[in-house]
Formats: sequence, C-alpha cells, structure tokens
Amino acid sequence: MERIPILRIGEMLLVSIQVDLQDHTALMLQDDLSNRIVETGAKGVLIDISALEIVDSFIGRMISTTAAVSRVLDAETVVVGMQPAVAITLVELGLTLSGVRTALDVDRGLRMLRDSVEFPVVERGVTPDDGRAD
Amino acid sequence: MTDAPTDDQTVLPLKADSDVVRVRQLVRDVATAVRLSLVDQTKLVTAASELARNTLVYGGGGEARVRRLTQGTSVGVEVVFSDDGPGIADTDLALTDGWTSGNGLGLGLSGTRRLVDDFHLDTAPGAGTTVTIAKWRR
Repeated sequence: MERIPILRIGEMLLVSIQVDLQDHTALMLQDDLSNRIVETGAKGVLIDISALEIVDSFIGRMISTTAAVSRVLDAETVVVGMQPAVAITLVELGLTLSGVRTALDVDRGLRMLRDSVEFPVVERGVTPDDGRAD
Repeated sequence: MTDAPTDDQTVLPLKADSDVVRVRQLVRDVATAVRLSLVDQTKLVTAASELARNTLVYGGGGEARVRRLTQGTSVGVEVVFSDDGPGIADTDLALTDGWTSGNGLGLGLSGTRRLVDDFHLDTAPGAGTTVTIAKWRR
C-alpha cells in the first residue's frame, strides 16, 4: 500500500507529495503526520505539493484538517509549491484553505516555519522585561 | 448534451478508490490530446475527480465514460458518470452552493459545475444518477 514518507529535519517534519493521491493515502498521511508530531515533538510541518496536478475537495480537506490538528498539537503547518492552475481551480471550486499558511516554495516555507519556531508569538504588549520590579 | 458524432469513448469502472485516480489520469490524457489550456485541463480533471468520488461514495459505484467531442470547428472533452444508486430527490437543492448530503465529502455539485462549460444532471429517486460534463477548447 502506498505511503507518503515523512522526513524529520531538526524540529521540522517535511512531506513531499509526489504521487497522484488516492483518498485513503491522503487519510493515512493525515494520521501519520499527527503521530509523528507527537512522537518527535516537531514544531513545524512543511508539506510540498508542487508535484500535485490537482487538489480536489478531498485533498483540500485533508490539508486543512492536517493544519488544524497540528496546531492543536503545538506545531505550525506550511503548504508550499501550489501550481497556479491548481490555485485558480481550488478557488473556483469554492475551497480557500482558510487557516492554512502557504508559501511559494520550500525555501520560503522553511523560513516561515523557522521564524515561527524561533520567535513564537508572544502575547501582545508583553516583553520578557515587563513586570520586573526595578 | 451535444449531438456531436461519437468519437471513440473509453469506459472505466468506478468501484474503488484507485479507480478515481485512473479516471483523473484518463481525463488528463484526453484533455491534453485536444489541447485544452493547462488551467482548463486542471479544472476538468478536478471536476472529474469530484464526480467520480460522488459516483463511488453516494452512488455505490458505477462507471465513467470519457470521449473527445467535435462540433464544427470546436473540440472538447466529455465525461459521463453514471451509477444505479439511490438517485437525488431534490436536484435544485443538490445544486445549491454549499449544500452537501451530510457526511461532508465534496463541496456538492455546485462547485463542480463552475469548473466546466456543460453540466447536465439526470437523476430521480431510485433511478440512479448520471452526470455529464464537458469542457471545450477556447
């Protein structure tokens, strides 16, 4: 049975989808990623879809769900490399992948993830120095 | 529907997950052969993927027929999905934006309809469902 490999690089998990995704393969990837995030304590997930010739509602939902689940597991997901024709089709179909962070390519996606791992969002207006008695 | 002369058509069964992928690949091949633009190919293949999954999930399986269309100087691709499933009682509702039958697979038929030039839904309760779509070269 087809399985999409998940590579670990430091605190990141990297997935590159290089096959025409069957529905069950997509679901298996979603499960595998959640498990790997927990096992490895990964803080970032990068999903490269540059080889995908279509993203239909099923694959789109898999991507949205994966991003939401990883957020709950304290990891950020960035989807990179979507082809322009795929983007046009997705929007026309009615899917906007809301809540999913995207980047044009792997480089930019990795930078985005590193930034969010190294400089996690702090509460607005609160710096480490605040509240220190002087 | 079109009364174009019937070119060779290819029939593929839709009984399993892997058949959806096969339909996508065949539609892509035919769309490339009639030289649809890349965006139009992508829209047609995506629409075919949605409908193939509907045939499998809601129709309990069926088949897809893919053929090349010629009408005067126009060329295009037609895909027909048919099943002997429960059919659709309220087609107006089924074609409403955002409607799904409940388990939330797919975006209903309305999103799919936007991706193609011709869309024809033929269904009745107990009589199965046939959806015909076509995309023409610009």
